[in-house]
Amino acid sequence: MIIGLDVGGTHTDVVLLGDHGIECQAKIPTTHEDLLICVWKGLEAVTLGVRPHDVERIVLSTTLTTNAIAEEKLPPVGMIVSSGPGLDPEFFRTNDHYYTVSGSIDHRGREIQPLDPMEIEAVASRLRKEGVRHVGVVGKFSVRNPKHETQIQEILGDHFEYVVLGHRLSGNLNFPRRIATAYLNAAVYPLHKKFFDAVRRSLKKNGLPIPIHILKADGGTMSFDASLDLPGQTILSGPAASVMGSLPFASESVDTIVLDIGGTTTDMAVLVGTVPLLAAQGAEVGRFRTLIRALNTTSLALGGDSAVRVIDGRLHVGPDREGPAMAFGGSCPTPTDAIIVLGGDLKGDRDAAEQGMAQVARALGVSTREAAQQVFDAACRGILNAAEEMVRAINAKPVYTVHELLEGYQVQPKELLILGGPAPYFARRLQEISPYATRIVPQWEVANAVGAALARTTCELTLFVDTERGIATAPEEAFHQPVKRDFTLDKAVSLALELLTHKAVREGAKPDDMETEVLEKLQFNMVRGFYTTGKYYRVKVQVKPGLIADYRSVVERIQDTDTTAPCSTAGSS
Amino acid sequence: MLRAASRTGLVFFPAFDWAISPTHPEREERLLYTQDQIFEEGLLDIDGIVEFKPDLATLEDVRRVHFCAPDERSVLTESHLISAGGAMTIARAVMARKVERGFALVRPPGHHAMRVVHGARGFCNINIEAMMIEHLRAAYGVDRIAIVDTDCHHGDGTQDIYWHDPDTLFISIHQDGRTLYPGSGFHHELGGPTAMGATINIPLPPRTSEEGFLRAMEKIVLPALEEFRPELIINSAGQDNHYTDPITNMNFSAQGYATLTSMLQPHIAVLEGGYSIEGALPYVNVGIILALAGVDYSKVREPDYDPDRIRQSPDTNAYIDRLAEEIMGYLRRCPEFIAKNRATKEFAQRERTIYYDTDNILENQKERLRVCPVCSGVLSIDSLTDRGYHIYAVHIPRKACPDCVALGYEWFDAVNLRSYDRVFLQDRTTDRYEVRKA
Repeated sequence: MIIGLDVGGTHTDVVLLGDHGIECQAKIPTTHEDLLICVWKGLEAVTLGVRPHDVERIVLSTTLTTNAIAEEKLPPVGMIVSSGPGLDPEFFRTNDHYYTVSGSIDHRGREIQPLDPMEIEAVASRLRKEGVRHVGVVGKFSVRNPKHETQIQEILGDHFEYVVLGHRLSGNLNFPRRIATAYLNAAVYPLHKKFFDAVRRSLKKNGLPIPIHILKADGGTMSFDASLDLPGQTILSGPAASVMGSLPFASESVDTIVLDIGGTTTDMAVLVGTVPLLAAQGAEVGRFRTLIRALNTTSLALGGDSAVRVIDGRLHVGPDREGPAMAFGGSCPTPTDAIIVLGGDLKGDRDAAEQGMAQVARALGVSTREAAQQVFDAACRGILNAAEEMVRAINAKPVYTVHELLEGYQVQPKELLILGGPAPYFARRLQEISPYATRIVPQWEVANAVGAALARTTCELTLFVDTERGIATAPEEAFHQPVKRDFTLDKAVSLALELLTHKAVREGAKPDDMETEVLEKLQFNMVRGFYTTGKYYRVKVQVKPGLIADYRSVVERIQDTDTTAPCSTAGSS
Repeated sequence: MLRAASRTGLVFFPAFDWAISPTHPEREERLLYTQDQIFEEGLLDIDGIVEFKPDLATLEDVRRVHFCAPDERSVLTESHLISAGGAMTIARAVMARKVERGFALVRPPGHHAMRVVHGARGFCNINIEAMMIEHLRAAYGVDRIAIVDTDCHHGDGTQDIYWHDPDTLFISIHQDGRTLYPGSGFHHELGGPTAMGATINIPLPPRTSEEGFLRAMEKIVLPALEEFRPELIINSAGQDNHYTDPITNMNFSAQGYATLTSMLQPHIAVLEGGYSIEGALPYVNVGIILALAGVDYSKVREPDYDPDRIRQSPDTNAYIDRLAEEIMGYLRRCPEFIAKNRATKEFAQRERTIYYDTDNILENQKERLRVCPVCSGVLSIDSLTDRGYHIYAVHIPRKACPDCVALGYEWFDAVNLRSYDRVFLQDRTTDRYEVRKA
């Protein structure tokens, strides 16, 4: 059995999955002041009477790090940045203890200017004096040659609790994002470690020594131990949880848009068949653009509780939320009120909803029912337009080869897969007003927790081979190996896949259950003075985000029954 | 977060799967390190720098500019249509005010491609700037346009296409034609009989550095632009004036290119040549993009940049001053030259030999222009290659007068088809393109 637990903004959802599908599920209010409380309550609720060794693992998705970043409640971090010529590195300053140092590497990975060890020592002693315990070290083009980052790490020694090196974060080239990503990893490290250590201790204390895995923003999982290397990968796992929970219900043959319609926002993602699309460069978190591998999700400020207003005779839905729907005690009319007036069975106070729509009706000069229809349609169209805009943006993504430009895959969604409280109502109307077939995710209330539980371990790896310089490097794995002149692209691909498999297994994947894929495979003749002097290969491979194989039967049961699992909802307040 | 002062569009199309031949300088690897530098510097994340996917140009776009012999498909590949399409994408984004300026970083280049195309010259098959400009004129009604070609080689293709067009100012700054391919672009080349002064050539001596280039900008290019008052300024941004370029002899730098760009303030820049793919292009392109966007580029420089090592000869400035004086003197007298041409000639002939170095073709061309008193005049071209391919082409310019239009059709209809492999008509007043053969 597997436990999936997703800490959301309002609720914490937890499921126990076994041979019978969802064996047990619970929904607990999220305790923001101390997430350990709701996490622990959730785990208790589903493990009651379960034998510890029957549970294979617990997969957790939390808002812990995401919230800390949003609220700027981060501990001091030391940043040591070596840039060389180009844009002024001061533009990319992340925080107070941000030091730029000398040293420069070029695009091929050649050293242009060496580091100055005295300078680094001075920065290190200053950081120590200032009480900084966590450090990010980033060099421009360090993924081509990590020498300077490694040298700085050696000089820093063991005086710091956590030192993250830029070249380990991603094989992608983007110095400003590398800086931001290193900063976030160093900043969330203590928080992440303290929290999951506490969860692990509680489990052990209660006789449940179950391995902990953590959901990442790319919809994959990793073991807790592996997460300590780069805890930043767990940022923004929330949207990924819902998308992964929808995957089992997507058609393999068509592209799908996933819509998670909440109170304040609608989160959207695109599936090509049953594979979710990844963000081109990495996640955007608050003011930071990062290299953190993440699903391509868009959050639209429009949901069931969006404020409805009539300004100059025109109807506006959102983008803000003033409070709950009037049917639930709020003071501003909302799409939820409209759904209730149109006959939707959403509980709540029907009279209050009517009042809300009557307000809108007066301003528009139409009947209450007509006003409700207009509000609801405006919300549906707003969601539809944003979803189509997202697809347009995905298809407009530049490509760099003639082949890709002429033959490139264009995403053409045919289905909408909908989650969220008012899902059935939205699904019906969206089906009527759009060319898409719409479906509701069965058990959508806990799809996020199911998604966390069933997600496979994912990872990515980039390999560069420069036969002129005679080296192969996989920066994320700190892999360097001399190569001969006759090294081929095929050899490069198999080397990359071998390193990827090794990495995935170390991070918690099962060797017999991983779907690897070559994302990019480029080869260049290096010509100097009309002679070919070497070859340059660039290979990017990944373990695709997806669901673990063993639990296909679980999914089928969820789909078949679509009834609530026989389990209590714990922790009522 | 870093923000661009001017919203700037980029089309980046390195064509990683296309080369003229495996070891040709115009090859897959050419923009690889430039891409690396642009990505690593995070330029595409700067607020106000927007990347567009290139559109594919159509054969109709080619036919507004060229006579391709025997036809378009025989002389171009998909890559050329993407490269031209990329320039057009940027131009459309500028016209639609999605961006204030834009840069098409595309390959293959185009500025050696002339009006008649029998094959590739100087790595160019079709003229991507001219296709972009004629598309803008057809789709947006833009009239007066200036092209400033800062490639180290004379932009002889663009010059040929606009030789007779008084509404397109073509300025080329390049290494002196006595020392470099294609061997043309002397300062007395000023344009055809009815368009004199709309072509300006600024040949610079070998080893000219930042100082000299910027002096030529200040003393010739900027005053000429001021005088011409174009609606749009296009920069054919070749980067082979760089001190590390393997096939030229100039001493320009990334800082110099960036400064030139901020002086010129082009609406659209289009990449042309530049074959120092590791030492120059990555830094020059970053400099140009930042200068277009109005972001501080003062710390952009090549790893081996040393202003003392690339200083120009002491007499270069004096040479440029003298050149400026002569060119500006010519320009003042051009209206007078044109009036004299119109008064004294009914037709003007030009005969020349054009060599297609990339495809090794020799072409003989006889051009006949009606020196029209009203418009720029209808043009006919009789072209024969050393492979025996013979064509006749009639070009009726965009603003041709009724007499010139009528004469153009007369020429086209009267031609003896048996003497030629193909006969072409390009009527730019109605955008009609016709081909006849026996």
